[in-house]
Amino acid sequence: MTLVDEPTTGPAKEIGQPRKRKEDARLITGRTTWTDNMVLPGMLHLAIVRSPVAHARITRADVSAAQAAPNVVAVYTGRDFADEQGSLPCAWPVTPDMVNPGHPSIAVETVNHVGEAVAVIVARSKTAAQDAVELVDIDYDVLPPVLDMEEAVKDGADLVHSHLTSNTSFHFVFDGGEAGAAANTDQAFADADIVVSRRFVQQRLIPAFMEPRSAVVQPQGDNYTLWSSTQIPHILRVMAAMVTGIPEHKLRVIAPDVGGGFGGKLQVIPEEILCLLVARRLGKPVKWTESRSESLMTAHHGRDQIQHIDIAADREGNVKGLKVRLLADMGAYLRLVTPGVPILGAFMFIGIYKFPAYRFECDGVFTNKVPTDAYRGAGRPEATFAVERIMDELAVELDMDPLELRRKNWIKAEEFPFTTAAGLTYDSGDYDTATQAALELIGYDELRAEQQRRRESNDPVQLGIGFSTFTEMCGLAPSRVLGSLAYGAGGWEQASIRMLPTGKVEVVTGSTPHGQGHETSWSQLVADELGVPFEDIEVLHGDTSISSRGMDTYGSRSLVVGGVAVVKAAEKVVAKARKVAAHLLEASEDDLEFSGGSFSVRGTPGTGLSIQEIALATFAAHNYPEGMEPSIDAEATYDPENFSFPHGTHICAMEVDTETGRVKIRKYACVDDVGTIVNPLIVEGQIHGGLAQGIAQALYEEAVYDADGNLTTGTFVDYLVPSAADLPHFDSGNTVHAAPGNPIGAKGVGEAGCIAATPAVVNAALDAVRHLGVSDIRMPLTPERVWRAIHQGGDGGGRATTGTTAYGGASTETTAGVSTDASSLGGDR
Amino acid sequence: MTQISVRVDGASYSDDVEPRTLLVHYLREQLGKVGTVVGCDTSNCGACTVHLDGEAVKSCTVLAVQADGCEVTTIEGIGRDGALHPMQKAFHEMHGLQCGFCTPGMIMASIDLVNDNPNPSEDEVREGIEGNLCRCTGYQNIVRAVQQAAAEMSGGTAAATGAQS
Repeated sequence: MTLVDEPTTGPAKEIGQPRKRKEDARLITGRTTWTDNMVLPGMLHLAIVRSPVAHARITRADVSAAQAAPNVVAVYTGRDFADEQGSLPCAWPVTPDMVNPGHPSIAVETVNHVGEAVAVIVARSKTAAQDAVELVDIDYDVLPPVLDMEEAVKDGADLVHSHLTSNTSFHFVFDGGEAGAAANTDQAFADADIVVSRRFVQQRLIPAFMEPRSAVVQPQGDNYTLWSSTQIPHILRVMAAMVTGIPEHKLRVIAPDVGGGFGGKLQVIPEEILCLLVARRLGKPVKWTESRSESLMTAHHGRDQIQHIDIAADREGNVKGLKVRLLADMGAYLRLVTPGVPILGAFMFIGIYKFPAYRFECDGVFTNKVPTDAYRGAGRPEATFAVERIMDELAVELDMDPLELRRKNWIKAEEFPFTTAAGLTYDSGDYDTATQAALELIGYDELRAEQQRRRESNDPVQLGIGFSTFTEMCGLAPSRVLGSLAYGAGGWEQASIRMLPTGKVEVVTGSTPHGQGHETSWSQLVADELGVPFEDIEVLHGDTSISSRGMDTYGSRSLVVGGVAVVKAAEKVVAKARKVAAHLLEASEDDLEFSGGSFSVRGTPGTGLSIQEIALATFAAHNYPEGMEPSIDAEATYDPENFSFPHGTHICAMEVDTETGRVKIRKYACVDDVGTIVNPLIVEGQIHGGLAQGIAQALYEEAVYDADGNLTTGTFVDYLVPSAADLPHFDSGNTVHAAPGNPIGAKGVGEAGCIAATPAVVNAALDAVRHLGVSDIRMPLTPERVWRAIHQGGDGGGRATTGTTAYGGASTETTAGVSTDASSLGGDR
Repeated sequence: MTQISVRVDGASYSDDVEPRTLLVHYLREQLGKVGTVVGCDTSNCGACTVHLDGEAVKSCTVLAVQADGCEVTTIEGIGRDGALHPMQKAFHEMHGLQCGFCTPGMIMASIDLVNDNPNPSEDEVREGIEGNLCRCTGYQNIVRAVQQAAAEMSGGTAAATGAQS
């Protein structure tokens, strides 16, 4: 049962071919290696006892009944690991005085969010461990939960962490004027004809990867192997070593098949550390796999910002300045890049527009909720939403067409490279061409005509059209830039290529895929560089013993950084092979040409020697050049010089039923420029998947906490990951402007759809009902909110009717019996 | 413990199980049929879908004892004589999967859908698989895959496959 594609012949380019994926063979047949599939001799199973309250002191913990339960081997509380658990790492102190309260993997004295680990059961089976969870008896002295960011930053607010002086972790400022990148912002606003100010809410989201997280640890003497469903085995290894004190060279981390991540598995999680600690304590292999409700409740969340946006312009619609003030919810603790997420957005709020002045301020705020961290786009969806929404608001104030306003202000194709008021240099782009193509794809003129007809006939179903003309920064990241932002690591990537005696090729990459198809795309890259068949290439990844160095997969970085490292390694292989070829062919290197995988002496037909033959000759090593090692293997580490800037125009046509509040996407079209496309099948798939998540933020998904800090969307019944029936058909296309900054010309595609879609959808809904007096609707655009916005005014933000729990809200029955004025709005804000 | 006898992917098994054991846990933990996965605990995601006497069921919602005397087919048992099932082939050809975690359940649900409706429209496919969640693909290529497989399974041409991009 194999998937055999037609064998490759001749030097036809692999890059650009819609190669069907190598990975599929095991995934469609169930021959997979998910972490939870792992079974080891003597393996024990962990179940985590979790806090049922959002904020409390632990006053007593009685685990005796659990310890006595059948097949339970051990039970631990935070006290048992207090001296060795360290703190989960935060790698991004975004300001010198950022406050990090520390993050125990298991609570010792206080709990700060519902779902925080308070005890660990170790048992012979998963069911035995789970049964014993009920037997652990812990007393809590409940403290007031801090849930509302705007309340949390007021003087005298209850504190999440009583040993701190406030709930503010950091205050980050970027001022384009002060940075020398732009004009004075205050002056720009003082001189402007018009200023439009809006408050937008980025609701809390849950990454909701399909594979629940799982970790397995096998101790062997003083060595440990950790299998984890992680996006970041390399980062995890170094971080877990530092947290636990296990020497880095004694710790091997393996990410086997990983079922999606979307930033949600870009983390060092408490349970990975607990598995290591328990395995070390007991000397036995252990496994932990979460349930879906555990995942939704305790895996890090995303977004959750309150955005105050001010835009300044003149009467003709030339933008003059942008001011951004954010409150960003950190949750209870700082995880790996929690504070960095809003800061990644700081440089993208000005989007594709030529703002002469720009100022960004952000407060990171602690609340008694699960920490936030990366979720697909990480900072850039928030930024893109804000600028694309405020441009529409400005267009309304100016009585201008929203597309005309955008066109008037965006960077023209001939103006690249263009340095923005945020100090970034956009590499390339052509916003006009992408927009024109998108307008044609969606049938814009006909839709506008239909909208007019529905308006005139006062149709209960109104039609709206929304735009999002976006860009993003991809290719995380130039290491020096990360250093200037105080990030704890570099942004390079590593690759190596091993030429096997039979001419087959092993490509080792530090990028760690979890659905992106690296095995296929990397094979295409190497096939072109080395001229060997696609089928002769194997891509190895995700095991720190095989791939010793890497920075892993997130931030649309794999191809634009990791792929380039692969190409650079291949170039070195060819350079070494050229020396061997020259020696074997008794020719000068300068006289050799390399084409289709073969070296030949220029002008001498029939002298060909393939790189695969050279691999065998080098293995035998009977005859190779003096002064050269008998190997043509090579490795490369690539550190990008700049970010890359994919862009695109997304257009959504939305029907809004004004009588029921139901919204329905009629059409969705997008034209993205992600630079050179290595595999169009994979690129289209990434766009589709991103769109689904971007649309889901606009229409369906929200993590809701009640007034006591309970997550009321803790199952897939309540947290609405869209099904096939909830999403439209997508019409997607591409323009291609190769990225000038890397030899592949790729710009990155993993997050594009997710970043672009959300404001296009909301702008479309507003365009449908703006004439009814609606100027904002809070996400997600549930029928209830849309109906309220139309019929009661405001943004429809008030949640479900008192007494229901459909959207949480203040009326939910209390768990802990504590409900303060400050928290009475719960997740509502 | 209760004794059950089941045929799974063409082989017969006889085992003692706790009455509370879910079929999916029996398949994974006792039979080692780890191709079938668990994605949620509320029967929403469909990742665990298998066929029970030829009908798609979410195996997290069936007790192992309920499968006593039944024929179970998992993702590991749908290929015939070393060849992929047309639905597996179509998911590969149409790029209907990315991380692949939902794929076993999605394929099993889609086969059942096509058995009931040999020539489903795009909307019928979308409605038909709404009990199966995918976080990666946005479903468009899954819809195309199901339509292509439907055409092959009914012996027809590719008339029903989504020609649109």
